[in-house]
Amino acid sequence: MDWQFALEVLIGGLLSGVMYSLVAIGFVLVYKSSGVLNFAQGAMVLFAALTFVSLVERGVPFALSLAITLAIMIAIGFAIEHAVLRPLVSQSPMTLFMATLGVSYVLEGSAQLIWGAEVHNLDLGISDEPLTLSGIDVSTFDLFAAAIAAAMVVGLILFFNWTRIGLAFRAAANDELAALAVGLRLERIGGVVWAAAGVVALIAGLLWGARTGVQFSLSLTVLKALPVLILGGFDSIAGAIVGGLLVGATEKLAEVFIGPMFGGGIESWFAYAAAMLLLLIRPSGLFGQKLIDRV
Amino acid sequence: MIYRQAGFLTADYRTERRWVPHAVDRWALTAFLAFAALAVPVIGNDYLFGAILLPFLALSLAAIGLNILTGYAGQLSLGTTAFMAVGAYAAYNLNLRIPGLPLLASIVLAGIIAALFGILFGLPSLRLKGFYLAVSTLAAQFFVEWALNKIGWFSNNNSSGVITAPPMAILGIAVDSPARKYLLSLGIVAVLTLVAIRLTRSQTGRNWIAIRDREVAAASLGVPVFRVKLVAFAISSFYCGIAGVLWAFTYLGTVEPDGFNLSRSFEVLFIIILGGLGSIRGCFLGAAVMVVFPLLLSRFANAFFATALDPGIQEDIENILFGSLIVLFLVKQPLGLVRLWDQFKRRLETWPLSE
Repeated sequence: MDWQFALEVLIGGLLSGVMYSLVAIGFVLVYKSSGVLNFAQGAMVLFAALTFVSLVERGVPFALSLAITLAIMIAIGFAIEHAVLRPLVSQSPMTLFMATLGVSYVLEGSAQLIWGAEVHNLDLGISDEPLTLSGIDVSTFDLFAAAIAAAMVVGLILFFNWTRIGLAFRAAANDELAALAVGLRLERIGGVVWAAAGVVALIAGLLWGARTGVQFSLSLTVLKALPVLILGGFDSIAGAIVGGLLVGATEKLAEVFIGPMFGGGIESWFAYAAAMLLLLIRPSGLFGQKLIDRV
Repeated sequence: MIYRQAGFLTADYRTERRWVPHAVDRWALTAFLAFAALAVPVIGNDYLFGAILLPFLALSLAAIGLNILTGYAGQLSLGTTAFMAVGAYAAYNLNLRIPGLPLLASIVLAGIIAALFGILFGLPSLRLKGFYLAVSTLAAQFFVEWALNKIGWFSNNNSSGVITAPPMAILGIAVDSPARKYLLSLGIVAVLTLVAIRLTRSQTGRNWIAIRDREVAAASLGVPVFRVKLVAFAISSFYCGIAGVLWAFTYLGTVEPDGFNLSRSFEVLFIIILGGLGSIRGCFLGAAVMVVFPLLLSRFANAFFATALDPGIQEDIENILFGSLIVLFLVKQPLGLVRLWDQFKRRLETWPLSE
């Protein structure tokens, strides 16, 4: 086997895994603060990217478009929390999940109804020249995305572990009644969490959009993020990044080295199969909190 | 005034446990079934069968399958159409490779193959719960789509994995016209619906509900949790598999693996949310909405804009409306259309004495 080629595949896989992590982080953020598995995260990524790119194409300056999209995503986050999650408070996690599934249909439909279904190119002004490090090509853009993801992860870990608001978020997710009893304002917390999820979706949308073009398939990033979440555990930010790297790397390696034996195209399910195998050994992922049944 | 419960008293357990307790309801149901079986095939036209009734029956059956797993046993599945696809492709291959196999036998066998497949993908439920299990059913979804596309044997080496329904016959009577296909579907769905109602009221059904409502409590009462879950997976997949056969053989005639994609799985999930989780009647109400609603929307658009809507735009509007409906129902009426129907009936019973 050609080791240099294998290494290049590995690095490419790791970097594409970072892209999965970008979406997964949005999930973890919401799950960690409210216990909701937010299926609409992918639709939010699509909505953000499509809004931004359409504004830019209509001649709105880059920075202004960014500000407008940011404002819209924050508004959408608040709106979802207010209209959907708040009336459903204290319902079962399955009900909440199905509600976010409905939200994702609404967001996908509206994004395409408002801005059209064409594929847009998004140029963030980051060069995509391959960087050659001791004979191995690495894409600069991917490195940039990795840096952003790393910054987000570090920021969120600091936020959740070292700030009072972060602590309040975790408390709200842990036990709503207890959180209320100590005087946390759950409604405000919920709104802020969803607004933050909107912002994370915007970042992911811009990077994914620049990588693959802004189109409907951005919404399907959610399906790429799910195995990542399973591997990492739904409530672990570090897990999201490690899971992303694992999924990206194994997926690419498998596609290149095992795939041909099966006729290719195994990318669509390989990550899921790998995640399931891991789950059978560790039912709450690598870093997830252990589920304890209480009677 | 029209619909009275007065005088309806049960004196023994037999009457108490009747499927349809009220005589009026029983007559109405019998009349409705007789109408569906005797009159509809005569008065219906090809559009009614092809565009409304055949997809309605197939989707209802798939919804019953999913409802058994999700609504009764409480295990969320996102891979419904994977099991439909297994059923459809199994029936196709059985028909192709075993000459002389009767149609109904091949349909039942296809259901059994789908059930085995369901047990296989239900095995993770030994260790996994909730979302983790739901995501593992996605694995089934993607794996099946891939396998049917890539492995030529399943589709008799068709280059794009497409299968075409074989000519069908029961006891020498060819099932070729839309009306006959409708009767075949109706018969299968009616029988399986009765079985499903019986099942949900049997010990098995009560075990499912116990696990759904509180797994730890069920286990401590002696419900064999894992086995009961596997049975739910098996029976659910059996129903979905047969629904897949109906979908492929009676409704579409020709299907490709992509016809059984993830959004179809979500569609079936939406049906049971709209109709009512944990209700067999709800499956039919939800499926009716799912089939008729897009048709009405395009009719409406035709009348309103005087031109047909761009298909993309129509799909966007459908998505927005269905998504909103889902959220609306979950928030306002989590028990679905069935609950609305029951409330309406109660109104009828007491009207005009109370509001």
